Amino acid sequence: MIEGILIGLTTALTLQNILMVMVGCFFGTIIGMLPGLGPMTAIALMIPITYGFDPATGLILMAGVYYGAVFGGSTSSILLNAPGVPGTVATSFDGYPMAQQGKAGKALAIAAWSSFAGGTLSAIYLLFMAPSLSKVSLSFRSPDYFALMILGLTAIAAFSSKGQFLKAMMMVVLGLMLASVGQDSLSDITRFTFDNMNLTDGISFVLVVMATFAMSEALTIILKRNDPTSAAKQVSLTELGSIKINKEERTKMYKTIPRSSIIGFLIGVLPGAGATIASFLAYGMERNVVNDEEKEKFGKGSVNGLSAPETANNAACSGSFVPMLTLGIPGSGTTAVMLGALLGFGVQPGPRLYMTNPEIFWSIIMSMYIGMVILLILNLPLIPYIARILAVPKNYLIPLILFFSVTGIYVMSFNNFDIYLMIGIAVVATFLRLYDFPMPPLILAFVLGGLMEENLRRSLLLSNGSWEFLWDRTLTLCILLTTILIVVWHFYKSIIRK
Amino acid sequence: MNINTTKIISLLFFIFSSFYLYTAYQIQVFAFDENAPFNARTFPIYLGYAGLFFSGLKLILPEHNTIKVDHKNLEYKKTAILIVIAIIYGATILKVGYFLTTSLFLFSSYYFLGERRWVLMFLLSFPFVAAFMYLLHGILDIYLRDPFLQLIGVMG
Repeated sequence: MIEGILIGLTTALTLQNILMVMVGCFFGTIIGMLPGLGPMTAIALMIPITYGFDPATGLILMAGVYYGAVFGGSTSSILLNAPGVPGTVATSFDGYPMAQQGKAGKALAIAAWSSFAGGTLSAIYLLFMAPSLSKVSLSFRSPDYFALMILGLTAIAAFSSKGQFLKAMMMVVLGLMLASVGQDSLSDITRFTFDNMNLTDGISFVLVVMATFAMSEALTIILKRNDPTSAAKQVSLTELGSIKINKEERTKMYKTIPRSSIIGFLIGVLPGAGATIASFLAYGMERNVVNDEEKEKFGKGSVNGLSAPETANNAACSGSFVPMLTLGIPGSGTTAVMLGALLGFGVQPGPRLYMTNPEIFWSIIMSMYIGMVILLILNLPLIPYIARILAVPKNYLIPLILFFSVTGIYVMSFNNFDIYLMIGIAVVATFLRLYDFPMPPLILAFVLGGLMEENLRRSLLLSNGSWEFLWDRTLTLCILLTTILIVVWHFYKSIIRK
Repeated sequence: MNINTTKIISLLFFIFSSFYLYTAYQIQVFAFDENAPFNARTFPIYLGYAGLFFSGLKLILPEHNTIKVDHKNLEYKKTAILIVIAIIYGATILKVGYFLTTSLFLFSSYYFLGERRWVLMFLLSFPFVAAFMYLLHGILDIYLRDPFLQLIGVMG
């Protein structure tokens, strides 16, 4: 492991890679701050740029964007009560009241320190857990992988918002259907191309991401710009106040950060869970463990109430790298985008990644430490200035997002058809978003589609067409039982609520 | 008339899944693969049935959290204009070139979204695209096809 850490440090500490982390954190923070634009959009916009670099550098850039965007999301949560990303919704519960009390600077500083501590602690957990998880995952066979993908897709659907399970499952199926377009990987037989040569190689991952996130996000913002219920509204900035944290507040944070980071990391490791659930769970847990006096302050500007979700969402970001790097299963929609980008680089994440490409594996882990430090150095002094980006008029922002989306596809294929296809998918996605059909399950399914078919093919061929492979191995059975438990728990909760 | 749009979307998805399933059954496989445990049409067929199952469930089960969209507050006109501009942009980018079409796309989008600060609109279109092109083409060495700039001799 020491050798790996050294390899990682050597790669991560090159001037180019440090610069990439800085650029990534900076742009991530800015994009994450814009309501509606989350890390997934930020990373999607970065993909075309990363293709100019080697895989390690490209991934380091995307990881920097990821942390930056999550922190940026907290800024708009605190200042505008308009979370840039779902993972920072819980941040607004106490961050926004704090800002309203004229302590916006303090709230942003608490968020920055908590994010830093959460991210750093979880990077340490990742350092020790990833190799051992990787060894365990070497025992995985095709049926286990197939079951694991079913678990990941079901989990992301079950963990989606209230009453959205069936909608999310429909999006999962749609994502898998889109992934099935093009040549079959084994027989080269074309499927669903309708004799269109442009579809022979399938639909590009970048195209689907750009269409369902960046482009449809932009169209949704325009569509809802006059909607009074929409969170995407322009609010002028007020005084930020001091960014100093006093001794009493620090003491509170010292207790909150370790427990929230553990929760965040463990939730982040689960495929399909991610920063949103982690932050809500950490907030809920913190409220249960503090004394009655502190409990009263929750929702009115509590330091614990702000620190807990902020620590947890950043810890979950690092945690979500575990299943992506060691199993090839993304832990969240954002890591699904990164997985797709990795596959685009020709790198296959999975149990053997840290043996076949140690420089990628370890440099990402090492860059997390560096990223957290840079994020803190960049964000603390720049808080008052960065916050001004919130004042960028939508009239300029929207065309620029569309421009980045089209450019991303243009530089990849030099093909009009891909641009039309992207616009078409974006229009459908915008309409679906309007009626609360979630997009992350679609992306996760699109990314996993090929791998899922491959593992099902192997499993069925090895078992001579029998579905017994689903319960032949204990591991497969355990994963499937977990999937069933998640679905049953989801429906049980729905019934209890009613 | 009060129509639940989520149900309509589910119905459309049901029809789409039926069409997908029909097309999946039409996939031509090699003769020796016809009776194999897994061939090119196996996975799509499962997907077709899964689509029918989930959309069918959504259609049958009662809707507890009906999404109400107030169409009066939605900016359909501007969104449609933006989509049309994007389509025109996509149709011309290869023939005319990246610089001119992108700059015009940005400029016209700002205009149709209600912007009238001409200097800012210009700065955030032509010079901005030129700088971005330099970043991609000049620094990151990403090829950008541009017949217009080649014609006027700016690009080699």
